[in-house]
Amino acid sequence: MADATMGSAPVSDAPERLTTVDGKPLKAALMAAEAKARRRAFFLVLPLLAFVLVTFVAPIGQMLHRSVHNPGFTEHTDLSDGTQTEIMVNLRAWFDANPPGTEPDEAAYAALTADFVVLRELRAQGAVGTRINYEAPGTRSLFTKTARRAERLEAPFKEAILDVDEDWADPKLWQVMRDASSAYTINFYLAAVDLEKNETGEIVSVNENRQVYVLLFQRTLILSLLITFLTFMLGFPIAHLLATLPLKYSNILMIFVLLPFWTSLLVRTTSWIVLLQSQGVVNDTLVASGLVADESRIQMIYNQTGTIVAMTHILLPFMVLPLYSVMRPINPSYVRAARSLGATSWTAFRRIYFPQTVPGIGAGALLVFILAVGYYITPALVGGSDGQLISNLIAFHMTRSLNWSLAAALAALLLFGVLILYWLYDRLVGIDNLKLG
Amino acid sequence: MKKTLIMTTALLGTAFAANAQEVTVMSWGGAYTKSQVEAYHKPFTAEMGITVNSVDADNPATPIKAQVEAGNVTVDVADVEYSDAVRLCDEGLLVELDHSMLPDAPDGTPAAEDFIEGALTDCAVANIVWSTVMAYNTENNENAPDSIDDFFNLADFPGKRGLRKNAKANLEMALMADGVPADEVYAMLETDEGVDKAFAKLDTIKDEVVWWEAGAQPPQLLADGEVVMSTAYNGRIFNAAVGEGQPFEIVWDGQILDFDLFVIPQGAPNMEEAKKFIAFATDTQRLADQASWISYGPARQSSGALVGLYSDGKTEMAPHMPTAEANLENALVNNFEFWADRDTELNERFNAWLAQ
Repeated sequence: MADATMGSAPVSDAPERLTTVDGKPLKAALMAAEAKARRRAFFLVLPLLAFVLVTFVAPIGQMLHRSVHNPGFTEHTDLSDGTQTEIMVNLRAWFDANPPGTEPDEAAYAALTADFVVLRELRAQGAVGTRINYEAPGTRSLFTKTARRAERLEAPFKEAILDVDEDWADPKLWQVMRDASSAYTINFYLAAVDLEKNETGEIVSVNENRQVYVLLFQRTLILSLLITFLTFMLGFPIAHLLATLPLKYSNILMIFVLLPFWTSLLVRTTSWIVLLQSQGVVNDTLVASGLVADESRIQMIYNQTGTIVAMTHILLPFMVLPLYSVMRPINPSYVRAARSLGATSWTAFRRIYFPQTVPGIGAGALLVFILAVGYYITPALVGGSDGQLISNLIAFHMTRSLNWSLAAALAALLLFGVLILYWLYDRLVGIDNLKLG
Repeated sequence: MKKTLIMTTALLGTAFAANAQEVTVMSWGGAYTKSQVEAYHKPFTAEMGITVNSVDADNPATPIKAQVEAGNVTVDVADVEYSDAVRLCDEGLLVELDHSMLPDAPDGTPAAEDFIEGALTDCAVANIVWSTVMAYNTENNENAPDSIDDFFNLADFPGKRGLRKNAKANLEMALMADGVPADEVYAMLETDEGVDKAFAKLDTIKDEVVWWEAGAQPPQLLADGEVVMSTAYNGRIFNAAVGEGQPFEIVWDGQILDFDLFVIPQGAPNMEEAKKFIAFATDTQRLADQASWISYGPARQSSGALVGLYSDGKTEMAPHMPTAEANLENALVNNFEFWADRDTELNERFNAWLAQ
């Protein structure tokens, strides 16, 4: 396209324009023809584009939105007919009229009571309670309990509500409700890094016995780097061997790399359980050979060791295959030339062979690392207590606690982390240096 | 002529559509779904002419929430745990059920009185009572443990323990083993000191625990000798012991009883059939029939007397039920309200405790 325009530029400056047979200017005719080709090309990729948009971009966008948007305290959707109703209107008005930190007065409790009557009619108290319970644990029952008695509550409302449960006086609860009265919030991101807002709205660390996410992010990063390094150490010699052997042998050896690759993930993980468990093959062999006493069998599974061993094995092909594809075309005469010019075998390897494999190492390391960061099944099965990764907690919030906003915030942080590492990689190594096959 | 043809076709069409009634039931898979297919689905289709599609999920409560919120519901009936049934109902995700649709017991006792206390809620009808129990492999224990205290007694019963990887049931068992009477457990867990105490008790065995998640894991861990004792769902241990001849024993002391309940998600495509299914499946005879496929107790009192033999044709089911008199000496009924409120909080604390 660019070439065509430039080529025709000097011509179009001339007073006599070049035209096609039917009298159109050549430039316009060319543009029209090219636009047609572009349209055709676009229609060809349209199915893929639609597929990516529908199955990838839209859900991820929706999840990211969910991590900052939770209208559980402002809006109720009747799921049988889909009507949406504004809720907690009176209390939100009171919050707007009074600055943060105001002691809830009779007017506040009256507003709360009026809102509870509405909640009761809509059967929305459970959803509202669940929303507040995310940030003020143990308060869900306050909402269901109070809603049940909402119609019988009479002035003075402060006394009446505190009579239902004195926990309503907790300033932390009021702070959470004030925060939740705006559907957009960063609190889920705070929770995802072990922070919360206290009763005066300051950001503080959560209680020590609930801190877990930062620790798990760190552990995920460290274990993923370690696993990437281990797959490199194990995969490099294998790939080198495969690349240098004659084809008839290397193809047979290749089967040994591919066979586990084709085997189900669950089968490979459970095979490691069979091998490594305390009554397993490895321990039995050690005990039989007298290296280890029967009562002091080594614990190699259901802990971090199990996660590292199983994940290294499972991710190994993702390192070997890119390395192999890069090593195969390396011309052996370069190394021979270096040797003939007096380099030791180590120098020849370090200065000549190794630099040519860097694109494969980059691709393999990036593949293994990114897969390891999001790994979930294997750590869940063999990780025990200290071999869990952040993805296990994301799964926990998706499927068990059903706190999707927090799961989305954790996943978003993980995504940003990977993007930053990708950017760093691009700066340090260069993404053009990547060769996947 | 042509008009008649169209008319008859249309009539046939509606008649055909009416015949092709169906209902989709979502449950937990494995031996449990099998027991439901045998006891509920097959007779339901035979009697009502309504096809039952059986689908499985790890925990049906999760796909239900997703389907209802997305407005694309494909499931008509789901089998969920008690605290989930209460929570989903409170969030307006379930259809409220009229208990008068449930058939009376054969002796005329109204359904509302026939069901065990707590088995009927606004949106759910219970079908079984199951329990979390402690079980051991007789081949790997020199002394037979006989109480929940022994689970935490590493001096007299050395070896690994299997525990489910969540807070529910573990905290209660820890407190019971610490000497808290069953009826004070939840009052104690309401306080921070009580929770601290439960975690402190779990700390004493933390290094010796193998954590499990799927119900099929504990029998496997026990059979492999990977753990000497484990908590487990009683039906899984029963099926491994009686069905497969494994040397497993259940210690009923400190068992924690829970319900599984049928619910209908908002927007279920076959609402009427779903209600018919629930009424049919939870009648006295069906609940008793299910107990011959897995050792979970029926949720109706009148079913108890009808519970017969296991599907092997010789094992008497009654003594294996969590609700059998002898098994209830020191039993705790799971407090669904407590867990509906505190599940998130305590599991976060549990996850942090586990990771540290």
